[in-house]
Amino acid sequence: MSPAVDTVGAAEQTPELAQPYKELGLADDEYARVREILGRRPSSSELAIYSVMWSEHCSYKSSRVHLRQFGEKAPKTDILLVGMGENAGVVDVGGGWAVTFKIESHNHPSYVEPHQGAATGVGGIVRDILTMGARPVAVLDSLRFGPLNAPDTARVLPGVVAGIGGYGNCLGLPNIGGELYFDDSYIGNPLVNALCVGVMRADSIKLAKADGPGNLVVLFGARTGGDGIGGASVLASANFDEAHQAKRPSVQVGDPFAEKVLIECCLEIFAADLVVGIQDLGAAGLSCATTELAAAGTGGMDVDLDRVPLRDPTLAPEEILMSESQERMMAVVTPERLEEFLAVCGKWEVTATVIGTVTDSGRLRMTWRDELIVDIPPRTAAAEGPVYQRPIERPLDQEAVVGVDGRGLPRPRSADELRTTLLRLAASPNLADKSWVTDQYDRYVQGNTVLAQPEDAGMIRLDESTLRGVAISTDGNGRYTRLDPYVGAQLALAEAYRNVAATGARPLAVTDCLNFGSPEDPGVMWQFAEAVRGLADGCQTLGTPVTGGNVSFYNQTGTTAILPTAVIGVLGVIDDVTRRTPQGFSGDGALIYLLGDTRDEFGGSEWHAMHGFLGGRPPAVDFAREKLLAGVLISASREGLIDSAHDLSEGGLAQALVESCLRGDTGARITLPEGSDPFVALFSESTGRAIVSVARGDESDFIGLCATRGLPHTRIGVIDLLVPELDVQGQFRISLRELRAAWTRTLPSRFER
Amino acid sequence: MPVPFRVGVVTFPGSLDDRDAARAVRIGGSEAISLWHADASLHDVDAVILPGGFSYGDYLRCGAIARFSPVMESIVAAAHDGMPVLGICNGFQVLCEAHLLPGALIRNDHRKFVCRDQVLRVESTATRWTSDYREGQEIVIPLTNGEGGYVADARTLNELEANGRVVVRYLAGNPNGSYRNIAGIANEAGNVVGLMPHPEHAVEDLTGPGTDGLGFFLSLAGAPA
Repeated sequence: MSPAVDTVGAAEQTPELAQPYKELGLADDEYARVREILGRRPSSSELAIYSVMWSEHCSYKSSRVHLRQFGEKAPKTDILLVGMGENAGVVDVGGGWAVTFKIESHNHPSYVEPHQGAATGVGGIVRDILTMGARPVAVLDSLRFGPLNAPDTARVLPGVVAGIGGYGNCLGLPNIGGELYFDDSYIGNPLVNALCVGVMRADSIKLAKADGPGNLVVLFGARTGGDGIGGASVLASANFDEAHQAKRPSVQVGDPFAEKVLIECCLEIFAADLVVGIQDLGAAGLSCATTELAAAGTGGMDVDLDRVPLRDPTLAPEEILMSESQERMMAVVTPERLEEFLAVCGKWEVTATVIGTVTDSGRLRMTWRDELIVDIPPRTAAAEGPVYQRPIERPLDQEAVVGVDGRGLPRPRSADELRTTLLRLAASPNLADKSWVTDQYDRYVQGNTVLAQPEDAGMIRLDESTLRGVAISTDGNGRYTRLDPYVGAQLALAEAYRNVAATGARPLAVTDCLNFGSPEDPGVMWQFAEAVRGLADGCQTLGTPVTGGNVSFYNQTGTTAILPTAVIGVLGVIDDVTRRTPQGFSGDGALIYLLGDTRDEFGGSEWHAMHGFLGGRPPAVDFAREKLLAGVLISASREGLIDSAHDLSEGGLAQALVESCLRGDTGARITLPEGSDPFVALFSESTGRAIVSVARGDESDFIGLCATRGLPHTRIGVIDLLVPELDVQGQFRISLRELRAAWTRTLPSRFER
Repeated sequence: MPVPFRVGVVTFPGSLDDRDAARAVRIGGSEAISLWHADASLHDVDAVILPGGFSYGDYLRCGAIARFSPVMESIVAAAHDGMPVLGICNGFQVLCEAHLLPGALIRNDHRKFVCRDQVLRVESTATRWTSDYREGQEIVIPLTNGEGGYVADARTLNELEANGRVVVRYLAGNPNGSYRNIAGIANEAGNVVGLMPHPEHAVEDLTGPGTDGLGFFLSLAGAPA
């Protein structure tokens, strides 16, 4: 005998029954609103639906009022085929091709259970991309951990990396980029942001809506189990305390093989045009898929929950509704095409079950053991959740942080001190070689990877039938954002934009993952509001619309929040991938140019980080300069005037030179600009800069290009294949062997026994 | 012009490099025919490639389930009759599980997945898949696997060495703990070859470390049937 189930009828008859809405994360007034919407108390299944759909994670209740700016300030563009609000934005990249991309966080689960948390983070974003009708073609990961030497980093980092690799490699998705930074504030709050890119023909976009009364609702993919129940509301919307172990069962468990088969099955279904609408099951599982599909479509749906295939037959209907079991999809199929649909699923041995019907009743009705257990207007759960205007207040210590600018830190002056500083920075965790991590990811699978990490941006050929490709980069600097959230978010945008342009691609569109502390802290909310405002303004100026993304709040331990971390992904298009510009020096005798202006800017810099210092103002952003620089980099790539390009960011010119030399194994003789302060020239983090190498025969054309457009350019050196060293003339020389040893040793020496 | 070979590329559930292998076949001048794991027919192909991936999820042992698929029954029979068969990565694991090749592939000794541009030496050109190379030629092709450590008993290893059946060997560092740096081997007749590195990911300058892998696909078309 199964226990008695709370039905709609029972709810009507027992209006005063006490319900555990607080435990499920609903506030008093939110619960009252549910009662008002329904005109009675909710059944326990309805309560489950509202609690997960109105969680911070699903409803964006604290961020929504701010995120509106992305729409209000959106630049005029005709490249956006699908904008914010769908599973992912879709961009027209020309030639009849469309690309969809989105970044999403899986931070809290990755702390509790690093391997599974990170793996299912990849799985979730891949399904979002697939849902749009696209073949997923690449992933990138933006990661943040506590200090390299913190004990917990040894647990979390290898687990996260193995999880990302284990899942992504098994799906056959090349991992082409991302970032990895360490900071004290991420102890106990690692950030795992996964980005996926998908490719499709522009006329084959799929949308998440249940249209057409009488059409069938099909659940397909993995069976529903007890994993991840309450994941959305409990895990993503609460801080961890010491008792976090108790939450382990809330983390979902991934099965990449099931997802790989599901991908191929879906692509075959799309190719045969067998669905009216489709939605993946992610956070809030069936609750989310049914309410969202119904809300976006004709408006009603009848579901028989008994038909949901279960891994665990003892699950109660509330648990089935909240389960976040992975590798599941929901499709809306006409009765005429059902047989074909099921045949494709059969071929791939994917379980597919009709669980409901689209109606025009305006209600989402669910039955269980022949009793009505859910009867709600689906929009109220999916689209009309609570919206909060959270209190905002500039943190009290903000002035103090900005006011102490680090001028007192002893700057290296002698040649020897500068040499030591360069080596120490190159070996510092944030700047050191990341191949210990990235070598665990397959970058070659699918055979379309044109550029992969550590290149400035990853680049993918859309398909072997074309030379058209896309480049994508993610960037985000929590230190800058802590000093000035408005500017910090813009700096992340500017860097990702610059990275894409450095490869020769034209930046088109933006996705963002906003990782912050508790929205109930007015100081955090100020950081968030400023960052969103900065990003929206920046996107407007650059002409690159935000197409979608994700907000992750509650990344904090006690009252201490993480560095506000806005991770920005920029997507660009390149007409001919054979024109790509790589990062590494190659041609002997080629001239090295520094593009842009260098100022004395060290706020938030890696040099400050090396001293354990954070204060002052971050580097200034100049979007006009960024556009100018990008224009020159793209034109130079098209006209074949440059052999390499590398943007300048953390670690400044010194680090860019290190990376361009070591990308291959190529020496360079550098002469710092006349009259410059060597320390500032080498280590300042002024933005809007890049280094390029130019073959001697192309020098005058390249200079002409810069001069015509008004971009400052300084010849700073020459590539020397015969002498394997970085020679900063008049200052110091470092052999590439010594440089490589310093740069590559940091991560392996921590993680290899 | 030689008549193009018809080369079958098998797709198991969980195959990942099947489309890539088919592309390499085409670039090599042959025709690629896709074969489905559940279909026993080889559709009159002249040769077969078992691509990389995680067939059936590889949850039991890599290649252990794929071995029992209907298409494999036909491939084993055809291989015994001399049909050229190439197993790459997971395909190599399947060939070992199917006993078309001796030995086994185990988890990398460093316990991590590895993706790198691997230097190899071509030790034998007397196979249907390597005749386009020079003996002793050094080539660079990507290696991407988690379970690529080649192991076999000493007698088998000695036999492989003595009969020129070690086809490619790792240079510049053993990436996975393979015995005697073995990256790929052949059967006695030289028609069946398995290797862990991915020659199909080194067929275009644009998307790989070079075109050193192309020889595997050219050998087939160049060699007398």
